[in-house]
Amino acid sequence: MSNQNISFTATQASVLSTSKVLKNTYALLSMTLLFSAVMAGVSVAMNPPQFTGIVTSLIAMALLWFVLPKTANSSKGLYVVFAVTGLLGFGLGPILNAYLHTGNGGQIIMTALGGTGIIFLALSAYALTTRRDFSFMGGMLMVGMIVILIAALANIFLEMPALSLTISAVVILLMSGFILYDTSRIIHGGETNYIMATVSLYLSIYNIFVSLLQILGIFGNDD
Amino acid sequence: MELWMKIGSALLLGTMLVFLLPRAKHMLQNSPKAGEGDWKAVLIPLALLVLFILFLITMIQS
Repeated sequence: MSNQNISFTATQASVLSTSKVLKNTYALLSMTLLFSAVMAGVSVAMNPPQFTGIVTSLIAMALLWFVLPKTANSSKGLYVVFAVTGLLGFGLGPILNAYLHTGNGGQIIMTALGGTGIIFLALSAYALTTRRDFSFMGGMLMVGMIVILIAALANIFLEMPALSLTISAVVILLMSGFILYDTSRIIHGGETNYIMATVSLYLSIYNIFVSLLQILGIFGNDD
Repeated sequence: MELWMKIGSALLLGTMLVFLLPRAKHMLQNSPKAGEGDWKAVLIPLALLVLFILFLITMIQS
């Protein structure tokens, strides 16, 4: 009887801890997405040169790999998350400006934004309601990322529009897989740090938005 | 794209590859195997996602 009580209390504590991580992750994710959008708006208004995106991405990547793992368990991690998401948002400025200077650029950006929101909400709701364990996808998703990075690297010099479109389409599928994988990890206690969980989900949303913007730009541009 | 921007982008992607390769290897070796119906549970939402993107494309073209 006493063992059953201990087991029940432990399960209850685990469920409470999981829902706390989930709640904190979504709260921080909302704030970082908002901050990122504000920074993108500032960047659009400032109209920085094209290379800004590359520079901010390099700095954000350095923060993600060298600083965040050391600070993720403290409040300093929050500053790093906002720095990363702010930089990535600011880096979007030149891309958004390029679209805004085309005929229906505004419509393309808003459709990509709305589409990204719907994709994220639908996939999160699916993972949360089914409570299925998607951890089996981890290896496949990482291999997919490696393949897509090699293809993107080659396409910088090959400049093939068809390959570019394929890469964007595959990135959306991969990032959608990552949303299922990351949400399932939070639900099943695989990820207990809400800062790391937020960064993973933010990067998936960011990549879906950029890729969807590119696909809609290719198919929907009048110019 | 200018040459130095191409080099910058290549540097960015190359660095990502270098950092992701060991993680990918680790995840590939340590990921649990898929059970019955697991892949179906992934492929159905992804198929719906493809349809949704096609819908967005037709919406933007109209």
